[in-house]
Amino acid sequence: MNKKTLPFFITLGLFLLMYAAGSLAYPNFFSLQVFINLFIDNAFLGIAAVGMTFVILSGGIDLSVGSVVALTTMISADLLQREWSPAVVIPAVLLLTSLFGTFQGIMIQVFRIQPFIATLAGMFFARGACYLISIDTINIDNEWYRSVSMAAIELPTGDFISINVFIFILLALIGWWLLKFTRFGRTVYAIGGSEQSAMLMGLPVTRTKILIYTLNGFCSGLAGVVFTFYMLSGYALHCKDLHLDAIAAVVMGGTLLTGGVGSVEGSIIGVLILGTIQTIINFQGTLSSWWTRIMVGVLIFAFIFMQSLLNRPTKQTQ
Amino acid sequence: MRLKLTRFKESNLFWPLCILLVLLVINGFLTRGFFSIQWKDGRLTGILVDILNRSTYIGIIAIGLTLVIATGGIDISVGSVVAISGAIAAFLIGGELVMRGSEQILVTRTPMGIAIFIALVASTLIGMWNGFLVARFRIQPIVATLVLMVAGRGIAQLITNGQIITIYYAPYYFIGNGSILGIPFSLYVLATVLILVTLITRKTALGLFIESIGVNRTASNYSGIKEQRIVFWTYAFCSFCAGISGLLVCSNVKSADGNNAGDMFELDAIFAVIIGGTSLNGGKFRLGGAVLGAIIIQTLTTMIYSIGVPPQVNLVIKSIVVFAVSMIQSEYFQSLFRMERPVSLRRNYYL
Repeated sequence: MNKKTLPFFITLGLFLLMYAAGSLAYPNFFSLQVFINLFIDNAFLGIAAVGMTFVILSGGIDLSVGSVVALTTMISADLLQREWSPAVVIPAVLLLTSLFGTFQGIMIQVFRIQPFIATLAGMFFARGACYLISIDTINIDNEWYRSVSMAAIELPTGDFISINVFIFILLALIGWWLLKFTRFGRTVYAIGGSEQSAMLMGLPVTRTKILIYTLNGFCSGLAGVVFTFYMLSGYALHCKDLHLDAIAAVVMGGTLLTGGVGSVEGSIIGVLILGTIQTIINFQGTLSSWWTRIMVGVLIFAFIFMQSLLNRPTKQTQ
Repeated sequence: MRLKLTRFKESNLFWPLCILLVLLVINGFLTRGFFSIQWKDGRLTGILVDILNRSTYIGIIAIGLTLVIATGGIDISVGSVVAISGAIAAFLIGGELVMRGSEQILVTRTPMGIAIFIALVASTLIGMWNGFLVARFRIQPIVATLVLMVAGRGIAQLITNGQIITIYYAPYYFIGNGSILGIPFSLYVLATVLILVTLITRKTALGLFIESIGVNRTASNYSGIKEQRIVFWTYAFCSFCAGISGLLVCSNVKSADGNNAGDMFELDAIFAVIIGGTSLNGGKFRLGGAVLGAIIIQTLTTMIYSIGVPPQVNLVIKSIVVFAVSMIQSEYFQSLFRMERPVSLRRNYYL
């Protein structure tokens, strides 16, 4: 176990610890269904976190995720209301959000606008565009969407899984594979380690970086589609703080915000930790919702503090 | 005269002023009586006065944030600090109407002065925490302040117990609604902060130190600048400014809302700072520009309202302005227009 994998195991340990604590405190907590619900309720967050992992690994940041999810729900709901077929709507929104990501990538890489600002503009734009479509909630009564949303696959144990979970797990596997076993993934790590070195090594930095933001745009779009299945409505205020949750999950998963170190599997555990906090607070009953935020803040702090301690020696040699 | 004009054109205030002018002209066409200012009940009233009054919330934060950004950092927790500061003030002033006999008497939990003092101290402490993480532990500013951005709003809701606290204590209203000599009190606050900070940074070496840290932190440290201490205090000051803004907002709406007060303020403030010509890479700063940026944002918001589209569409226009401004600042973009320069240089050479 070296310095790079240590944060991941600490995260995993923390998750198991929290889950065990929850199970001891609340009688119904330790059941397969509660565990599956972690995935059902956080599928969209998990998908967004996978995309965010790539962005943060490359040393960037993307604030537009939540807004893009909201925009996706809005566009989907609006198009479905106009009797468009889901077979057209879903590819269309995915293409649109991917292009949105590409555009942000070009701003960041070609025009050298800081990721923070470029995606801030993207965040404003996507959120505002939602309101251009409608200020109110648009309900979705498309048959196909409803059936996907309601579909539950029953396990032999009597517990059930929704389709969203499968999309999430599939995407997480693809993300893991991309990062571990493809040239693209290794280039992402190289860029995060040192962009200049990556460039001098002859790696396609510009192309990879634009692809990273495109991928993140695609993930945001997919998270939006999954969220549409989950909520069955389009609303401009959906997912207001999703970008924060996604960043929090990635940080808790052991990915360094300076880039270069981290993993998709870590981010997934990060998502599960966020979900567990939420579940514990739900089970507890008397704790108010704002404790989630305070807890998440404390956890982010604990992780970045730990990371800064772990990285001290290398920092000083710089 | 010509020299002065070119110098003005090259100064960083030129573009923001142009944008503001364009916005004002558009507004003038859109709204009848946009430029009219009246004297009513011993104070100036009019759309322009209203814009200035409202722009102080972001303006004051933008001043503090400018210094943070000049050191090469960023503070995204200011929106939460606005909520916390307002929540503390509202909680401490309390303000319950108690019937004593036939008279309604207002009971405050603590005197107003102390409440305001505690709110500002708490805000500064938050900033010191941010500064500590950034200066001492060298944690990336965006991450260090992310902690309090996330947790801060939770803390604010904890203080207000998740509800909107209404303030009934009338003297408190003065901060956000009162006026002296016909001019809104908040403008005096903004002017005081702006003048003090400008004097301190421009008449002493502090401003230079801050810019030097923004260019290269390590080099500044080696050249004897107490880099950690300065970075620490810029964050503390930025949060202090956010605290003042929180009091203004809370007093103006006569209530404190832990969940929504100061929502998106961090983004608006960053936006104001960039429009004002401060580079996000650090190393140079324009305090006046930042305040101008805040006024531009408010003018933009007013314009959206008068067009009659949903106010939220504001965001789209904001994003386009952010995009345009950062494009103008982008070196690659500038170089596209400098393509013919070598040619003209050669021509001069032959002459």
